[in-house]
Amino acid sequence: MDRQGNIINPSQDPQLPKETVLNYYQKMTLLNTMDRILYESQRQGRISFYMTNYGEEGTHIGSASALDPNDLVFGQYREAGVLMYRGFPLDLFMAQCYANADDLGKGRQMPVHYGCKDLNFVTISSPLATQIPQAVGAAYAFKRQNMNRAVICYFGEGAASEGDAHAGFNFSATLECPLIFFCRNNGYAISTPTNEQYRGDGIAARGPGYGMLSIRVDGNDVFAVYNATKEARRRAVAENQPFLIEAMTYRIGHHSTSDDSSAYRSVDEVNYWDKQDHPISRLRHYMTARGWWSEDDERSWRKQSRKTVMEAFEKAEKRLKPNPELLFTDVYDEMIPTLNKQKESMWRHVQQYKEHYPVDLYEK
Amino acid sequence: MNLFQSVTSALDNTLASDPTAVIFGEDVAFGGVFRCTVGLRDKYGKDRVFNTPLCEQGIVGFGIGVAVTGATAIAEIQFADYIFPAFDQIVNEAAKYRYRSGNLFDCGKLTIRAPWGCVGHGSLYHSQSPEAFFAHCPGIKVVIPRGPVQAKGLLLSCIADMNPCIFFEPKILYRAAVDQVPVEAYTIPLSQADVLQEGSDVTLVAWGTQVHVMREVATMAQEKLGVSCEVIDLQTILPWDIDTVCKSVAKTGRLLISHEAPVTGGFASEISSTVQEECFLNLEAPIRRVCGYDTPFPHIFEPFYIPDKWKCFEAIKRMINY
Repeated sequence: MDRQGNIINPSQDPQLPKETVLNYYQKMTLLNTMDRILYESQRQGRISFYMTNYGEEGTHIGSASALDPNDLVFGQYREAGVLMYRGFPLDLFMAQCYANADDLGKGRQMPVHYGCKDLNFVTISSPLATQIPQAVGAAYAFKRQNMNRAVICYFGEGAASEGDAHAGFNFSATLECPLIFFCRNNGYAISTPTNEQYRGDGIAARGPGYGMLSIRVDGNDVFAVYNATKEARRRAVAENQPFLIEAMTYRIGHHSTSDDSSAYRSVDEVNYWDKQDHPISRLRHYMTARGWWSEDDERSWRKQSRKTVMEAFEKAEKRLKPNPELLFTDVYDEMIPTLNKQKESMWRHVQQYKEHYPVDLYEK
Repeated sequence: MNLFQSVTSALDNTLASDPTAVIFGEDVAFGGVFRCTVGLRDKYGKDRVFNTPLCEQGIVGFGIGVAVTGATAIAEIQFADYIFPAFDQIVNEAAKYRYRSGNLFDCGKLTIRAPWGCVGHGSLYHSQSPEAFFAHCPGIKVVIPRGPVQAKGLLLSCIADMNPCIFFEPKILYRAAVDQVPVEAYTIPLSQADVLQEGSDVTLVAWGTQVHVMREVATMAQEKLGVSCEVIDLQTILPWDIDTVCKSVAKTGRLLISHEAPVTGGFASEISSTVQEECFLNLEAPIRRVCGYDTPFPHIFEPFYIPDKWKCFEAIKRMINY
């Protein structure tokens, strides 16, 4: 569709039912609302770190909706919308960011490093591109299981410069793995623009060099993303071969809460994408034209989504942190003797100097 | 069986009993450059024993991914010297997978095998002993056998263990050492040192090929000095068997640790400081480390570089006379 939400070529229209499209819109805007509240909470020092998804909501929802729920997701860190689409509760997003006792990750990782076994979303880690060859291994194992499962692996255009991206692309092709590589090309890796990242024709142009089917899509068009992912998934599973999708988009927000992007790009540039070409407003045009969404719907949904996010937020903030003992578990599957000794030593010490440690904030 | 045959036997047992198990790496399909995977592809199929592109970071990343699905992944790195391109995948990823996810995900079914140690003429990049780099990394296990029986039993334990393991195979022993090795599967527990010879005057600790040097030194010390040595094969570098080593030193009062790797930052430092903390009142002489020098591993100078029996013997002599 174009920027006004008009379908350009009817033969390419996925003709998704109203409920599906409304769900897309609500998931994208709910993510946007959560982003705004958590971004502010970081500014106020209530959580230590945050990364927003502004401008890339369409890539998450469009691709996630084209997958089977059993497909395994490996991500980078700016794909919270995939989890949102799969039904990850707001409480658990918040629990992870607050590292409270409800966090499935037991409070060990920085905020936005989500993971969910039940929703087949592999826990995020900070080292860039490491998930790319891992996703290939998982896809290879799925192929052997013959269970009609695919793997999708997200990464940014900056991460695509890592050696692990090269490893993953090449392994997936030579070992014939049912896998979709999904590159979010948003123009920047922190402050580095793409002309300092690569000199070829983006990331998609690298695919054929590895013998990989590749396509570039408008990442701000949720239907284009959906169509490409749907077909890539179909062929990846049917033919046991990898597929590369490069979604062109724009990182509207700062790289993270530790970054001020006005130091390296103009406000005009950001405003253009935010106001003229945004995946959320584009889908809203589409819905409005069909009479599926009104100003009233918008107002009440905004209010309702803000309320649910705030409720989860307040609940997460009040919750205690996990028991400090969890610092020592899961290093290995079983507690090893040296770690057990270190744990006991920590408790003895904290007992002796408890006024110097924030013990009251943690579960006992 | 010699050591490479006992490795093949362990891999054969694994593929036979575990339908999820796969073996991969550079040149493993035709049997491997050290013959460790001979015949396995014919027996179990090309989807279970296969070559990868030449890329170590890819091999380990791929192996982690296989293991994340719950399948057994046995990756081969052609020489321990070339494991460093995969250091990030091992240290930042494999070792931390379970911990960082709160046990939602893990790669416990991953084992990485790699030929290790000096070989007479391997020079800088076919001789390295990188275990100490990995000993500083919580979350992985590092295991080194001294012979064919230990290789099979310890490798089967690594493969069965629910944590990512690195298994270093002393390549100088691939064809040299021959043992009676059971054809069927058996395991030797990890994190347990093996007391090969009891003694009362000095404790000698080593692993891999160096264990054989230590045994010879123990005989020399007995014959030439009348000194009784207790010889211990550490077997697992991480998490290591502190109890067995400390118990021995509490009895003998003296400790010599020897490894091929360079002395500074080598694993002997860790053993030495731990024993000093635990056995201070029992120690009758400073703990000695006889190790490689703090240089890259040289080609023509190998005989002068390695911590051979004469260097170890001299160290014992000085400890006894301290």
